Amino acid sequence: MLHRLSPQTIRILALLVVLLLVILFFSTQVPNYLSGRLFNRVSSSVAIMALIATAQTLVILTRNIDLSIGSVVGFVAFATGSLITDNPDLHWTLLVAFSITLGMFFGMINGFFVAVAKVPAIIVTLGTLALFRSVLVEFSDAKSIVTANLPTWLINFPNTPLLEIGTLQLRASFAVAVAVVLVVHIALSRIRIARKLYAVGSNPEAAEMAGINIGLTVFTAFVLSGALAGLAGFLFLARFGTITVVAGLGFELKSVAAAVVGGVNIFGGSGLVIGALIGAILVDLIDSSLVRWHLVSEFWREAVLGGLILLAVTMDTLVMRSLAVWRTARSNSKEDRRANVQSP
Amino acid sequence: MTKGLNGWIRVLVMVLALVVIVNSSLSEEYLSVRNQINLFQLSIEKVIVALMMTLVIINAEIDLSVGSMMGLSACAFGWLFQETSLSAEWAILVCLIIGMLGGALNGVFVAYAGLPSLVVTLATLIGFRGLARVLVEDRGITDFPEWFDAIGQTGLIGPVPFSLFAFLLLFAGLYVVLHKSGFGRKTFVIGTSRDVAVFAGIDTARHKMILFIGSGMVSAFAGLLYAARVGAVRGDVAFGFELDIITMVLLGGVSIFGGVGSMFGTLMAILIVLNLRNGMALLNITGHIQTGVIGVLLITSVIATRLDLGRFRLRKENAG
Repeated sequence: MLHRLSPQTIRILALLVVLLLVILFFSTQVPNYLSGRLFNRVSSSVAIMALIATAQTLVILTRNIDLSIGSVVGFVAFATGSLITDNPDLHWTLLVAFSITLGMFFGMINGFFVAVAKVPAIIVTLGTLALFRSVLVEFSDAKSIVTANLPTWLINFPNTPLLEIGTLQLRASFAVAVAVVLVVHIALSRIRIARKLYAVGSNPEAAEMAGINIGLTVFTAFVLSGALAGLAGFLFLARFGTITVVAGLGFELKSVAAAVVGGVNIFGGSGLVIGALIGAILVDLIDSSLVRWHLVSEFWREAVLGGLILLAVTMDTLVMRSLAVWRTARSNSKEDRRANVQSP
Repeated sequence: MTKGLNGWIRVLVMVLALVVIVNSSLSEEYLSVRNQINLFQLSIEKVIVALMMTLVIINAEIDLSVGSMMGLSACAFGWLFQETSLSAEWAILVCLIIGMLGGALNGVFVAYAGLPSLVVTLATLIGFRGLARVLVEDRGITDFPEWFDAIGQTGLIGPVPFSLFAFLLLFAGLYVVLHKSGFGRKTFVIGTSRDVAVFAGIDTARHKMILFIGSGMVSAFAGLLYAARVGAVRGDVAFGFELDIITMVLLGGVSIFGGVGSMFGTLMAILIVLNLRNGMALLNITGHIQTGVIGVLLITSVIATRLDLGRFRLRKENAG
């Protein structure tokens, strides 16, 4: 049975098992843990991180990294907020389009330096991490966006239940995030252009020989990642309402952590965005459950989280390695048997 | 490889000269001894860690956990001093051992389990910071012994503080290690190609282990200096320092892919960043904008060193 599944599928199944175990564990520790409220709480807080982890995954697949993602989310949230504050009657589609376009613009800047000027992505995005944030500080003029100036439809949007089963609510922000992840997942597994991201990441030389334009592929990855970061900025604005110049600070490393826990290879070429989504959910679930666990003080949250990430990645690497060894041995013994039959 | 680096250092020296000239025309106070020492002291913890980070990156690894280790060491010092009967001297020793153990933890996962250092140190970045918060929770700890605060706040010889001597000493030490010793040659070889290093019989795992332990100890030391300079610790000491530190090292011409770099380049980059920040502060430019300018400088300097001015196009062999 195990040998028929692809490593990626095994990984997703393993992540789901871990997710289940975490829920089971905390339900024995925290009274009234398993309830509709748990789902509602985690699903609405994970939406932003799920989008950012997906954005980060697109870039990591091509052997690059985007450290500027937190600054992009912060800038987009602020700019979108000031746009709607100045024009309260703006149609929502225009507002969303504005967020996404602005995010794409930042993605283009990163993509240009990485794909055209051939500067390593970690250097470019380390630079634009600081640059975009400083543009935001200049643009904000020491003001902040406040909830009171935002239209009510925007504030109500993230928590609007689209579907209700008992106390379980499928809220709009989570629905948006899951829809985006599914679309990206299907595109990455079915569409030729999107498959190029894997080709470029797993072996650039081979991809080039196969006629893939590497620069264009990397550029596209950054632009798409920017678009998703822009959408995340919109959700950030809707969820928090009050936006200051520090919005989204530190998201860059959190998004990498979620992607890595979700089994995305940091050296590119392998990983699923669904994995990144489950990674984000896992991190968020553990984070919010530890707060309610009375046995440890809430200050243990980060320490436990760091340890768990290390554990997850180590397990993943070791299991995948032994799986590869086991499969080679298995196929070798099959060939041996066949060879024995042929030569009596 | 060396040729490219020399070109880079030329660019850095020119940028530094420009910054110094502009700054000194802006303010008479700028070139005074007091201001020059002050400019170092404000970021002395970061630049000390940047020296060690140079070796780690040349070795084709990265240590993102340095800022959290600085925080952990400072908080551990505060906790030991307040909650236990340990004297401050012993607390310092324990903190350095914590740095060693933290570095060893990174090292084991990177060198022996073979996990990417970006991932391992990202996890310990979160974990070490978590431990720091466990120790001090949301308190601030202060009232350290007078001699301890004096280490960070007053001059050791004349106006020059202990931390600046420590920086110079560490620079000299690491210069010898990296450029004049077998250990340094191995650092470059492993950074250029780990496979070649393995075939040459170098124990690459042990080498990486030593570098990560060194990085942890230097970070712990820098965290103690921070506690002494500020005279108080909180859970968020040195939060987010890792990216500033890595920016300085990369600006100094160290290749993020390993195998290329020099202590002198890092020193130049440190001087540029410190003097540039100081000059911008003289012009009343705030912290976030200063960081933005340094970000632009980082990207442009990478492109500038690639430009072949004779033909005015990107040189192929360096690209990628």
